[in-house]
Amino acid sequence: MPEYYPPSNAAPNVPMMHIKVKILRFNPEKDKKAHWETYPVEAQPADRVLDVLNYVKWFVDPSLTFRRSCMHGICGSDAMMINGRNQLACKTLLRDVVKEGGTLTVEPIRGLKVEKDLLTDMEPFFDAYRAIMPYFINESPPPAGERLQSPELAERMAQSSNCILCAACTTSCPIFWVNGSYLGPAAIVQAHRFIFDSRDQATHQRLNIMNQNTGVWRCRTAYNCTEACPRDIPITQLIEEVKRAVMYQQS
Amino acid sequence: MHHRYDVLVVGAGGAGLMAALYAAKGGVSVACISKLYPTRSHTGAAQGGIGAALGNVAEDHWEWHMFDTVKGGDYLTDQDAAEIFAKDIIEAVYELEHMGLPFSRLDNGKIAQRKFGGHTRDFGKAAVERSCYAKDRTGHMILQTLYQQNVKAGTNFYNEFHVTDLIIEEGRCRGVVAYHLASGELHTFHAKAVILAAGGYGRIYKITSNALTLTGDLMSIYYRKGLPLEDMEFYQFHPTGLAKLGILVTEGIRGEGGILRNSDGERFMERYAPTIKDLAPRDIVSRSIITEIREGRGVGRDRDAVHIDLTHLPREVIEGKLAEITDLARTYLGQDPVKDLVAVQPTAHYAMGGIPTDINGLCLADGNGTSVEGLYAAGEQACVSLHGANRLGTNSLGDLIVFGRRAGIFAAQYAQQVEYAEMPEDPERETVETLDRLKNASGKENSAMIRKELQESMMNNVGIFRNGPDMEKQVEIIKELKARYTQVGVSDPSVRYNSELLEAMELGFMLDCAEAATASALNRKESRGAHDREDFTERDDANWLKHTMAYKDLGNPDNVIIGYKPVSLKGYTRAFEPKPRVY
Repeated sequence: MPEYYPPSNAAPNVPMMHIKVKILRFNPEKDKKAHWETYPVEAQPADRVLDVLNYVKWFVDPSLTFRRSCMHGICGSDAMMINGRNQLACKTLLRDVVKEGGTLTVEPIRGLKVEKDLLTDMEPFFDAYRAIMPYFINESPPPAGERLQSPELAERMAQSSNCILCAACTTSCPIFWVNGSYLGPAAIVQAHRFIFDSRDQATHQRLNIMNQNTGVWRCRTAYNCTEACPRDIPITQLIEEVKRAVMYQQS
Repeated sequence: MHHRYDVLVVGAGGAGLMAALYAAKGGVSVACISKLYPTRSHTGAAQGGIGAALGNVAEDHWEWHMFDTVKGGDYLTDQDAAEIFAKDIIEAVYELEHMGLPFSRLDNGKIAQRKFGGHTRDFGKAAVERSCYAKDRTGHMILQTLYQQNVKAGTNFYNEFHVTDLIIEEGRCRGVVAYHLASGELHTFHAKAVILAAGGYGRIYKITSNALTLTGDLMSIYYRKGLPLEDMEFYQFHPTGLAKLGILVTEGIRGEGGILRNSDGERFMERYAPTIKDLAPRDIVSRSIITEIREGRGVGRDRDAVHIDLTHLPREVIEGKLAEITDLARTYLGQDPVKDLVAVQPTAHYAMGGIPTDINGLCLADGNGTSVEGLYAAGEQACVSLHGANRLGTNSLGDLIVFGRRAGIFAAQYAQQVEYAEMPEDPERETVETLDRLKNASGKENSAMIRKELQESMMNNVGIFRNGPDMEKQVEIIKELKARYTQVGVSDPSVRYNSELLEAMELGFMLDCAEAATASALNRKESRGAHDREDFTERDDANWLKHTMAYKDLGNPDNVIIGYKPVSLKGYTRAFEPKPRVY
């Protein structure tokens, strides 16, 4: 084995970094439990963590398994725990997380069953999403053109509709780890997106879902979700806004 | 495992989700299968907008949009498709709004619109605000909204199912075979009608805006049946990808007033397109950028990029209307559009060509209008020839909404009229053979290495500027890569989530797409739209005003047979005579 594997996509005239990538591996077909494997890699400071994972998969160990698609933070496939923090591998640059000679650790997001290496079962996450009625509801006949909405009211959805359903927030939430029935931050963000849409008519039903014991009151304002969000959505603040809306509805 | 649905949709991006919704409205059973989770599809990466002549900001008419589409396509656009499109898209945008899509708004509450490349008023007189947008994440909002509507409609989703074969017998499609990534099992989907909407194949190029998953799978499967791929030589390079990375920087950046500058700080587009400058269509801007670079006026370490300049715009516009790309430039290049010039270079972006269809989405088996019964296609995968030789910005989102909807409607109608056609005895046979070959091959070759060589050579030899000798060289390179591909073995024996196996299959599909694109490009001896030949620099309507149909020679798999199909030069009520294309 070489001391360091050569760079994946090296641009000329750029200094190289020598790092070790420590990945939590688990293949249920042969492993009883997860174990760490370390790969020395030569890379460039502006490379993404995803570039390094791709490199390992393509040229070192093809059995390494993870999800990825767009490579620029919009598809939401590659949320994983990088140096102990949930991030998208494609939006995390090496220079921000590891120094020359240092070690980078990569693990799957927590709270969902690990199917293989960094790939987890996403069904419980999407079940929570589907539980909040994540679709626009307005039973009145639509006008010939658009339903009008002021720029200010449209802006009300700007943060929540920015969500890419990557699950970084929900799987960073300590409540979600210990209580699998909690809908979790991502589902609440989706509820917020419709609750505060001036055109939607199902606010009451959604607030009722949020008021159940799987809903917003489970949130303990730990702010992990806000810190984990790769889209900079102020999730904890949005959850608080939903809590307030539930209280106003009850009063 | 065996499944049965009236209509089966392959692909869960914008076209597939729209098709699935409309098929469901047609009162038939519907399933949608995707090799990803539905919200991961690449429609989500579209940024700038969806063009429709709503006239919310300035006077606009569908005829102007139709004209821009036809002229933008360098007159290779089928005008019947362009007319349907320019009319239908207006209604379709309102429909998206009624589905809850959070569009950006004007002060009067209507959907906001902005300028985009090649969109003009009065048949080319000046730029017009036609692009309806949701900040600069319009595609993301379309994808989310359509997925939401499918959740509401109860569409059956099969996630992470990779289609490996289409079952077509006696001219009729009967279903598909798919590999379930989670279990490693093969599933057969028996259907009355199948709609293909699995996107493009930009990953055959080294610098691309496309996701890693865009490997042309269904195009290749279609082509392997001896069925044609249309206009594969027309591949669009988006002028502005982030330097080195190819990540899309929306044309909305120029629609909002961004200016391209060379190393002298010159606004060079004034020389190439004096009327609409930076808002010229993509093929023209991409060529202009490459010309600047070739003439030594590039920027950056390798002088292979140019700058996009936003610094004269207010911070609110940049961080508000262009938030997504502001974040991308800051994250990946460390350049802040508010105060820095951002380095961009053309990036492989969009296939104008693909599986030929009629205006209802029905797949065509040749240039004479023979159809494949029960098989439909829409979106980037398909070539109804709306985009001709060059697609206008915003017309891809429009295409997948308008033609995804039509495919859904007509597939459902067809499914209601017919009985299930019988499946062959062993539909999975070919897939089983392919998988066995990959698992048992020598493993002397590495699929990642072959893929890398394919991507680099396609970039060099069949890129923005092409010529005969380079493309002849590329034909030989692809032959050699195909031979090496037979030696690729999969080393991971896992049954579950074997992504190595999936990637090896994808490489086979990419090689086919590259082969068809190269053969089509080598054959077309003229320059038109995105197909620009250094050895045949003029557009030649006398000989080449026709669509290319590329067929795999089933008797000699390294040979490509080229046929043709006439261009529809008339719409239903309008027709635009081919004219020189100047802006």
